[in-house]
Amino acid sequence: MKITLGGVGQPGTSLANKTGSWRVNLRPSFLHVTCTACTLCALSCPEGCIYGKGRNTYYPDYDYCKGCGNCANVCPVDDIEMVSEETALPVGSLVFDDDDEFRSMSTG
Amino acid sequence: MARRMMEGSQAVASAVALCRPQVISAYPITPQTHIVQELGQKVADGDLVAEFVNVESEHSAASVVLGASATGVRVYTASSSQGIMLMAEVLFNISGMRLPVVLTCVNRALSAPLSIWNDQQDSISVRDSGFLQLYAENNQEAADLVYQAYRIAEDHRIALPVMVCMDGYILSHAWEGVDIPDQSTVDAFLPPFEPIYKLDPDQPLTFGMFMEPDKYLENRYMIQNAMERAVGVIQEVAHDFERAFGRASAGVMEEYQTADASTVFVVMGSLASTIKEVVDELRERGEKVGLLRLVSYRPFPQDLVCGALARAKSIIVIEKALSLGGPAPLVSELRSAFYGRPAQPGVTGFVAGLGGRDITVDTVKAALERARTGAGVDGFLDLRTDLELEGE
Repeated sequence: MKITLGGVGQPGTSLANKTGSWRVNLRPSFLHVTCTACTLCALSCPEGCIYGKGRNTYYPDYDYCKGCGNCANVCPVDDIEMVSEETALPVGSLVFDDDDEFRSMSTG
Repeated sequence: MARRMMEGSQAVASAVALCRPQVISAYPITPQTHIVQELGQKVADGDLVAEFVNVESEHSAASVVLGASATGVRVYTASSSQGIMLMAEVLFNISGMRLPVVLTCVNRALSAPLSIWNDQQDSISVRDSGFLQLYAENNQEAADLVYQAYRIAEDHRIALPVMVCMDGYILSHAWEGVDIPDQSTVDAFLPPFEPIYKLDPDQPLTFGMFMEPDKYLENRYMIQNAMERAVGVIQEVAHDFERAFGRASAGVMEEYQTADASTVFVVMGSLASTIKEVVDELRERGEKVGLLRLVSYRPFPQDLVCGALARAKSIIVIEKALSLGGPAPLVSELRSAFYGRPAQPGVTGFVAGLGGRDITVDTVKAALERARTGAGVDGFLDLRTDLELEGE
């Protein structure tokens, strides 16, 4: 790996820094029961890693989610819970194999 | 080449204009104002083709030249005192992004108490910002260091910003004869800026990107190495300057009557002129006194300094800045430089001239006398004894 003068690099290189490892015990669980697609969770996510389109479709990208809990706090219909990392993902959770496909989903 | 009577600020502005900067941004502050006023006038009159960006603070001025430099154009800014303090955050970013910004610091004391007068606490306080720091003795040098600063800063072996320091009022507002070269001489000495990286909307880049603990240290190490390489580059550029302009440049330092001197003063900036007077006078009486004028404080050319002072028995540092609660910056650095070397001259440090108090020939002679009677005992010069100092 090369360290460039002035820390100059290609844009988007922060994607290589998978901050999901920063989570300590808790991660958000999106219940997909009462979601109104208000988008507050996506807008308040400091990592910008919550994606979805329409009611009951929003998910965080756990590769980057730091487990801060902002999304669970702002959800006006209590449709996001902070759960232990030990807890299994809810039945029906989407699992994306391809990160690009995941991020290409609009947050509208 | 035309020798003209001009104010120090005008000399610097003329030199900057001859370097063809494409973006200038500054916020006026005493005693820097005349430099940027003159540059603004040149742009308004069409004598200098550049963007002059008016801003609301020094933090913004430094940020504007940072961004402009990253797009690959030559830039200039200037400030003093509180303005340098307000720029401080951005100065570290400029050097960290390896941008060859040139900045004139017109040295002025820091508040509080409020003082608009000269000392060097402002630039010394950003010693660790990653800017090279070059100190001018007179107005000719304040101008000449500008041409050299761009050459040094833009050298791909260095790629670091340069701060040219000149004493406020003593130089900036003094009128002297200054040689201002013609454009073709400067163009031959200073080729157009060739950036290593530049911002381009078609090929976007990130500058100064996030570095985790596994890489940050290496980045700082690279800057430190570039600083150390800069000692040689400054000397090289000074040599080229002499060939191109027909007058000498001191490079990292100037030695004045040091060859056989047993006592050598070490100072930076305009104070050197006063000390040269003292050296001349004492030499007429047969006293072996000399002066080492440090031009480059960052990088600190410690091997060259120690080599030049190796034969001296007594070294007297007079500096216009403090490190509150510790030994003054220059004297402590000099003592540290001699540690472990065969030559161990006595080093005595004095702080003088803070907040614009004149450092006279008598002040310098008093320093000499105190170093004779109490070598190694640091202190202040010209402290008034007729004032009641509350709490002392």
